[in-house]
Amino acid sequence: MSKQAVSDTKTANGQTPVAYDPQYILMVKDLKKHFPIKGGMMSQTVGWVKAVDGVTFNLKRGTTMGLVGESGCGKTTTGRTILRLSGEKTGGAVLFNGQEVYDLSAKEMRALRPKMQIIFQDPFSSLSPRLPVGEIIGEAVREHKLVPKEKFNDYIDEVMDNCGLQPFHKDRYPHEFSGGQRQRICIARALALNPEFVVCDEPVSALDVSIQAQIINLLKDLQEKYSLTYLFISHDLSVVEHISDTVGVMYLGNLVEYGAKTDIFRNPLHPYTKALFSAIPIPDPQAKMNRIVLEGSIPSPANPPSGCKFHTRCAHCMQRCKEEAPVQREVEPGHYVVCHLYDQ
Amino acid sequence: MAKKKAEGYLSGKESRRISRANRKITNELEKKRKRKKVPESEYLTTMHDPANAVEFDNLHTYFFTDAGTVKSVDGVSFEVPVGKTVGVVGESGCGKSVTSLSLMQLLQRPQGQVVEGEIRLNLGDKAYDVAKMPYEAVQHLRGNFVSMIFQEPMTSLNPVFRIGAQLNEVIELHDGEGKSKEDVKKRTIELLEMVGIANSEGVYEMFPHELSGGMRQRVCIAMALACNPKVIIADEPTTALDVTIQAQVLDLLRNLKDKINSSIMFITHDLGVIAEMADYVVVMYAGRIVEKGTAEDIFYHPAHPYTIGLMASKPVVGRQVDKLYSIPGKVPNPINMPDYCYFKDRCEMCVEKCSGEYPDEISISPTHKVSCYRYYDGQMPEDVGPAVAVEAEKEPVKAAAEAGQGPAEAAVKAGQKPKKSAAKAGQRTAKAAKGGKAQ
Repeated sequence: MSKQAVSDTKTANGQTPVAYDPQYILMVKDLKKHFPIKGGMMSQTVGWVKAVDGVTFNLKRGTTMGLVGESGCGKTTTGRTILRLSGEKTGGAVLFNGQEVYDLSAKEMRALRPKMQIIFQDPFSSLSPRLPVGEIIGEAVREHKLVPKEKFNDYIDEVMDNCGLQPFHKDRYPHEFSGGQRQRICIARALALNPEFVVCDEPVSALDVSIQAQIINLLKDLQEKYSLTYLFISHDLSVVEHISDTVGVMYLGNLVEYGAKTDIFRNPLHPYTKALFSAIPIPDPQAKMNRIVLEGSIPSPANPPSGCKFHTRCAHCMQRCKEEAPVQREVEPGHYVVCHLYDQ
Repeated sequence: MAKKKAEGYLSGKESRRISRANRKITNELEKKRKRKKVPESEYLTTMHDPANAVEFDNLHTYFFTDAGTVKSVDGVSFEVPVGKTVGVVGESGCGKSVTSLSLMQLLQRPQGQVVEGEIRLNLGDKAYDVAKMPYEAVQHLRGNFVSMIFQEPMTSLNPVFRIGAQLNEVIELHDGEGKSKEDVKKRTIELLEMVGIANSEGVYEMFPHELSGGMRQRVCIAMALACNPKVIIADEPTTALDVTIQAQVLDLLRNLKDKINSSIMFITHDLGVIAEMADYVVVMYAGRIVEKGTAEDIFYHPAHPYTIGLMASKPVVGRQVDKLYSIPGKVPNPINMPDYCYFKDRCEMCVEKCSGEYPDEISISPTHKVSCYRYYDGQMPEDVGPAVAVEAEKEPVKAAAEAGQGPAEAAVKAGQKPKKSAAKAGQRTAKAAKGGKAQ
């Protein structure tokens, strides 16, 4: 692949290019996505919602990265921006296999689409009610001409079988399926294109506990079989701990902590991560928890606090936190945190 | 088309016939309920135990749909003691919400009807059977004695009225006698402060869309507590919230419960939340209770295969497993429930008797009851050793003695609960059953 030539990709706004490292399938550097707020008589832009405001991480091939955070912190927008699904980015770089995603032309982008897929949160609204399941799964396969016509049917059968669906379900419509089955259809639709990288946007949040386990196991099996890379977005920390290799914690558009799963769960460093993890209910009636209860709620991303965005709710807030935004630093090997407490 | 007919396909003719038959039944029941000026004696009853706030006794709530009768709640009995929290767990569609709606008389009418059983509500000096009460009378119970916190704070508040007006309405309707407008407003502000809203005067004037999810849920809680009810039904109050906000809301609920000394019936599918909140736990499956007991009983000695499976299938922070256990199969069709144990087709621990009729409830300790043939005479699985050993004298169980063996025995003698995680127990049972009695 000639595209992998090191770092000849200049980003649109002339930032320093990111050096490409082939072990990473995805490199995200200082990614920003702001949405305009329209108001007034002429629909002028009166402000910006900073949904994603500086996210940096690298994702190794064949691993799973969990992205956690409260609702409204920009997890989903991050996932969609990486896939170039929500218009142009505001800043930063997204390198997929060393190729800046936002530099591609429409035609090149189309060729890249099968390689990066997404599974949406709600299996009830993300499937077209007017298409039979075989068509939902096969539409993109045919569109991208991935398999010859005569093998098309067999291919769809095989994909459905891999995802735990019966081939005779092909002619049925989504409303005939239960929630878990529908999520399997969504997974089959994403995997039919033979992707390398899949964004799983809360794939199990809408499902019951016992169905959740089935879907999580399915995702893990498929990852092993096709050596997929997942970006697993969820607000359920226990699910993220189960499935991920690395974990990123987001707060108000920023990635505040990022590292290997064991580092993050055993030794959380950022005050927000600590508070978040202490809030997880543990199914043990006698467990005593030293819960850090965060006061108030998440500030508006349209008007974020100055300095460190977490300082309004942080127990360790210093004067410096109010004035100066902290930068990401590596505290332990592979364990990054954005906090002034770890500046030494 | 032939394929469709094979599984539950209804012709129009058939559907109309069912619909006619349903109308006959529901009209009759509705007529009974809509009567005015019903003498109190008709629904006056006595509590079996005055220490209970609510007693559900063999409750049957059916929905008469055009596709057939859905037995949403099919013989449910449990108690909510005064000042305690009872957690009801189960998957969606298992009837946990319908049970609570039956108590509130808020079922979708006329399809949804309580057809059998009693719901005894303790009013202090007397007790009412809510299942027999006419609609007119129930209105006086709602808010004053029973109130409900709904799942979705986004949709359960009216978007076109200010928060203050919505809270005032509750107080005026249920507790407004002799109160001036200022009194009502004062009480509303007081309530908003009680649920931890700092800017209570400001929030009084706000519309629901101006508040965040956690704040809205606080308003809903304030609304439920407005008239100091005896029983609060919390129907998945934190499911739509983030973990940090969930922690705040749970803290709040716990403190308020102690403050006004009421009972909470806490409905959720999150086992972690249940463990934190509940004193007693009821596990429901397909409209029936499969297991009930204290929180310790359920979490340390889960007995029913469904409970065990449920616990093993939930990933827990700090417990690493390579592969999650998943309960095979799916919930049976609610219209044609099998006549044997509803869980049999998904159960990996079946015994021969399971093909018989639905198992009765059996006590495996004074507080712990389970509906499963595995606990009928002689077939005592090993993992419930501690619970069985305690109960050995009371229950005519031969195998109790041998079941009590093992490392857990010492702990029981010392009067302690063995510190093992419920999940471990679950996995062990699964293994034991596979190796031993699985067929």
